[in-house]
Amino acid sequence: MAIGISLVRVDARDKVTGEAKYTADLEPRSCLVAKVVHSTIAFGEVKAIHLDEALAVPGVVKILTYFDVPDYQFPTPGHPWSVEKAHQDVADRRMLNRRVRFYGDDIAAIVAEDNVAADRAARLIRVEYEAYEPYVTVEQAMAPGARAVHDERPNNVLAHSGFQVGEMSYREALASEDGLVTLEKTYRTQTVQHCHLELPTSIAWQADGKINVITSTQIPHIVRRVIGQATGLPWGSIRVIKPYIGGGFGNKQDVLYEPLNAWLSLQVGGRPVKLEVSREETLASTRVRHAIDFHVSGAVRKDGSLVARRCLANSNQGGYASHGHAIVANAINCFKQLYRDEKALECQANTVYTNIAVGGAMRGYGIPQGDFAAECLADDLARAIGMDPLEFRLKNCMQEGYEDPHTHIKFYSYGLRAAMEKGRTLIRWDALREQYRDQTGPVRRGVGMAIFCYKTGVHPISLETASCRMVLHQDGSIQVQMGATEIGQGADTVFTQMASEATGISVGKVHVSTVQDTDVTPFDTGAYASRQTYVSVMAVKKTGALLKQKILEYAGYALRLPVENLDLRDDQIVDTLTGEILRPVADVALEAFYSLDRSQHITAEATSHCKINTFASGCCFAEVEVDIPLGKVKVLNIVNVHDSGSLINPKLAEAQVHGGMSMGLGYALSEELLFDGKGRPLNPNLLDYKLPTALDTPDLQAAFVEIPDPTGPYGNKALGEPPAIPVAPAVRNAVLHATGVAIDSLPLSPQKLVEAFAQAGLIED
Amino acid sequence: MLKILHMTVNGKAEELAVDVRECLADTLRERLGLTSVKKGCEVGECGACTVLIDGKAVNSCCYLSVWAEGHSVLTVEGLKGPNGELSPIQTAFIEEAAVQCGFCTPGIILTAVEIVGQNRPYTREELRKLISGHLCRCTGYENILNAVERCVAENLARQNAD
Repeated sequence: MAIGISLVRVDARDKVTGEAKYTADLEPRSCLVAKVVHSTIAFGEVKAIHLDEALAVPGVVKILTYFDVPDYQFPTPGHPWSVEKAHQDVADRRMLNRRVRFYGDDIAAIVAEDNVAADRAARLIRVEYEAYEPYVTVEQAMAPGARAVHDERPNNVLAHSGFQVGEMSYREALASEDGLVTLEKTYRTQTVQHCHLELPTSIAWQADGKINVITSTQIPHIVRRVIGQATGLPWGSIRVIKPYIGGGFGNKQDVLYEPLNAWLSLQVGGRPVKLEVSREETLASTRVRHAIDFHVSGAVRKDGSLVARRCLANSNQGGYASHGHAIVANAINCFKQLYRDEKALECQANTVYTNIAVGGAMRGYGIPQGDFAAECLADDLARAIGMDPLEFRLKNCMQEGYEDPHTHIKFYSYGLRAAMEKGRTLIRWDALREQYRDQTGPVRRGVGMAIFCYKTGVHPISLETASCRMVLHQDGSIQVQMGATEIGQGADTVFTQMASEATGISVGKVHVSTVQDTDVTPFDTGAYASRQTYVSVMAVKKTGALLKQKILEYAGYALRLPVENLDLRDDQIVDTLTGEILRPVADVALEAFYSLDRSQHITAEATSHCKINTFASGCCFAEVEVDIPLGKVKVLNIVNVHDSGSLINPKLAEAQVHGGMSMGLGYALSEELLFDGKGRPLNPNLLDYKLPTALDTPDLQAAFVEIPDPTGPYGNKALGEPPAIPVAPAVRNAVLHATGVAIDSLPLSPQKLVEAFAQAGLIED
Repeated sequence: MLKILHMTVNGKAEELAVDVRECLADTLRERLGLTSVKKGCEVGECGACTVLIDGKAVNSCCYLSVWAEGHSVLTVEGLKGPNGELSPIQTAFIEEAAVQCGFCTPGIILTAVEIVGQNRPYTREELRKLISGHLCRCTGYENILNAVERCVAENLARQNAD
């Protein structure tokens, strides 16, 4: 059995020895370098761009501006292409722009012999702008008379959507009975960035009749398509190679500079060009997690039953659409999928173009934002009626068997309540709630929690397709090729385990190719959602069954036995009737290759078109100590409990949860990409942007309720993104318990807390 | 302007011409092919480019190559034993699942080599502080601390046994 064992990562040895090659490690000799020139205003038009001095810098090979790139607008998000025009992503971006839509927009690109020349030239380019007043907030961009960021959206609303659940409207629900306790609140989440340690570098060159691009991406096959859309090149003439990746978290689920880099190489005769993006550029000019404001109302009975809620969510898109409205549309689904409103739920969402950094996908795809709002409201409602917030959730949370009325995604397995009960025990909820009641003094403790649910893949919103190829080697080992990508999460290791399970070949003889090459690798849309162990492994399972059947057929021929009586277990062909070991697979493989009678290279390939989706769920419990005069929150104890189906690799699953919790703690307490009134990013570096360090991070406890999901290929469902979701609201709710002060925006920074505590009278002047 | 630099890298004497403006991370990566030295920020914020210079952890992105004249530099390429066997620290990182995307891994391993080499016990809180110059976005540091703690303890046990 290869499932449920803590196999060590198949790539760990390469990574501890330095043998793992990432994009920048694969630079060919005599590579040119490219540098993107970014706008120094957030909104306006480039009126003139003077290149003469820059072109005179020794070592500068070429400088391109918006005049020198094809006039194609293209979409950038890592979504499968839709064959229906109405469902295609918004194509609002060009490789280089004349109209500037955020501070750091791409207006020119320099190709030079080295970085010194490129940097010198960049400083000598003089740009004349016609500057407009930039919109930093959604309110500014939606104000009457605001200038259009994109002419295609005159009112700056990229998209609007909404839904209603229940027989009546929120207003009617309020009028329908007496004695309801109601709340109206605004919860705000901030702009944060992925901060994968590896920067999004790419290298492009022309060879073998193709434009080749090595890039740090989660989505190689999608990058190929978008390079084609952006440049006008035939898609088959583009080859994208994905080596080891140093983290992505959604930023690399977007096509970033690959089209520009391909185009630059073609402008210098196909010579290799390396386009490096600095940490500062990555923070300011790639993608961020959307800041979303939630204007929320809720009504409960005094017995704790949730009667109705209403939400209007406004999402700050920044200058280009990227993943666009899909994010906030997902965020408001969180309200629907997490609780049962007895009478009414109304949700509306707007995605609004502004002039800050571009919002894209980031671990949780809108749910960290939506969950913060839904889970702050849950605690605030419970508090308003004097009810224990855990009891409130147990009473009102989504039940076993829930099916979303619009998407029809279901909880095919359900462990939400069990997860809450487990978290309750692990954190000692009941004892601590009692112990920390009615505290006084400057340092107080509290305990809080939050729940979440999360769909595993993207069906039926988008296509879910995955392919796999297995090739039998001469010694009975196999090579597994998948379009699904290892980006650090451990995909190749669990694919190895699952391929072993599917074939009967032992894990030591399964090799998953970590490098994707779109000329070789079968199609898969890549690493996003929490889909690969679910969707992509359906292809592994299907291909594994095919390969096994072919091996058994050959074994049947070689052994002159009926194939129905044969099985492949632990690298051996066995007789299913007697259990007798008949022959090692290695011998069968060797014979198949070299038989003078019937030579056959045994391979298998299959596509799995997944048309099902299931909810994962779970919760976070946090115990905190708040230093009120300093506004400091110290997390004393924290546990995430996950309902993610069967664990394929328990140790890696735990590690995945740790990382998500850490990201959640940064979201809760310290991370925020700040912009001034002109739309300039104020802290686009890792000194001022406060990523948690080891010193900021408590011990992280990961727990699971393992309930096999009948739709998962091996009982598994989502675990990649969920750990990051419930942490911020759990910490916020713990601070509420400790101090009685509800902080309604992220992050819970010391300055914000001190102001709130002073306002609440906890700090005297 | 190029200058001839003499340094020991992973136990081997090197003599090479470097640009006087060049940082050690670039020299190691581009002139010696030691690509385990990762560049995550190039301003000393992330710790991915950490190497040991005479046993002390240094951000090689902020260290001019010419300063390495006469010094001894260690990267993870130099950690393996004579027969290619992994060092105990590398093994601990593998077994404790302290590796995810792997980009911060070589740098943290080298800091761990420095810590373990002190031959003294550390509390977990002390270890947190000692590795806090390394940013990791994947692990929450939990398993990294487990691996470093284990290496410190195993090393002391070995010392006591000897």
